[in-house]
Amino acid sequence: MWQFLKTWYHRLASPKWFYHTSGRWLPYLAAVTILLLVSGAIWGLGFAPEDARQGNSYRIIYIHVPVSVLALVGYYLMAVAGAIALIWKIKLADMVMVSAAPLGAVLTFLALLTGSIWGKPTWGTYWEWDARITSMLVLLFLYLGVLALSRAFTSRDTAYKACAILSLVGTVNIPIIYKSVDWWYTLHQPATIKLTGGSTIHPAMFKPLLVMIIGFYCFYALVLILNTRAEILRREQRSAWVRELI
Amino acid sequence: MKKARKQRLLLVIFIVVVASLGVGLVLYALRDNINLFYSPLQVQSGEAPFDTRIRVGGEVVTGSFSRASDSLIATFAVTDGAAQVPVQYQGILPDLFAEGEDAVAVGRWSREGVFEAEEVMAKHDEEYTPPEVAEAREQAEKVKAGADQSKRPDN
Amino acid sequence: MSDLVFQFPNVNAFLAMNGHGVYVWSAYGISALVLLSVALAPVRRRRKLLAAMASRLKHETGNGTP
Repeated sequence: MWQFLKTWYHRLASPKWFYHTSGRWLPYLAAVTILLLVSGAIWGLGFAPEDARQGNSYRIIYIHVPVSVLALVGYYLMAVAGAIALIWKIKLADMVMVSAAPLGAVLTFLALLTGSIWGKPTWGTYWEWDARITSMLVLLFLYLGVLALSRAFTSRDTAYKACAILSLVGTVNIPIIYKSVDWWYTLHQPATIKLTGGSTIHPAMFKPLLVMIIGFYCFYALVLILNTRAEILRREQRSAWVRELI
Repeated sequence: MKKARKQRLLLVIFIVVVASLGVGLVLYALRDNINLFYSPLQVQSGEAPFDTRIRVGGEVVTGSFSRASDSLIATFAVTDGAAQVPVQYQGILPDLFAEGEDAVAVGRWSREGVFEAEEVMAKHDEEYTPPEVAEAREQAEKVKAGADQSKRPDN
Repeated sequence: MSDLVFQFPNVNAFLAMNGHGVYVWSAYGISALVLLSVALAPVRRRRKLLAAMASRLKHETGNGTP
């Protein structure tokens, strides 16, 4: 058993193994992602019933909620990769961390943007400095900070340490974002999908949301793998196995 | 686990714990400033300052909304269940503004006891329901309320 | 699945979304563009890298053989 885990550990940590295996799975993952996102979007836009209070503007939820979820989950993934890189000095973990930063930044940006667009017809304002929106903006800056740090050093050895430490410090922000609507008075409403207890969304509206959330998880995995593969190629271009690829 | 690895693991835990403690303390110290708005109770009990730009939020009291016949001035009251704050506002209200729903007003709390709003935002809840379902639920509630009322004289 | 019905009487109503069309469609449109570009960026980056490596390899072997 231990031996089995050990070989897996070494395999997983090998950029070459990761590059080849992920390459085999990518087409399927891409197909599933496109299928889920396109069908989920059509379902949410045209087939889900409108909301009794908000009318059709609530349809933005089908983008806003999944990108927000992945922005938060992706941050933990980046921080865990950073911790693994720090503790075990695994190169691949460093590459995953660096690949997660731009993706997370884009998802956070989209969460803020779609939320802002949604805010206008419902709240009556695009932006308000409430705890939820402000802490989400801090998340964007954390992602951008990790991205900037990863490029600020010429030495890879310094860069990954700086990135990992900032990622780890920033994890504090995630529960704050999540609980901000319960801890303080905010303009943003509390969570609809609760980790414990029932959700306050009608099943006819929840089903397409679930499709979109799963679709965005696939999208996240897909782009993270693509980013990591590009990063592997860039860093390992001198190695023999990469030369064989050409 | 090797000794060096163990040390680095401890370092990682240390970073997360220290950062959490630090940020937690800062948030605790700033806890009142993080709230976007004052509750009506806070305003009425004198916690909110007079004549500075503040926000007050709460449920729009049912039956409190009225619009002047000759101008765009609207008046309504917001409540948190414990206290009410009368609000005066001139302008366009957001679509989702309604009695019985939450709203946030930006403006000044005057010494006359009226909140002079320059901007009003609507809060919406976390519930999403199709119109027919909402209607059916409302009907059911009405029937239930009617049944309760018809029962009351007997008791 | 059989109870799935298209919620709008025609295409114009679908686009207008009862006055919320601008918000909904701009949110979906911008998101689609951004997501597509973020997915294609590493594909392009990888292609460029491979091309650069191929040309360098050619250059090196070209120099190596007299």
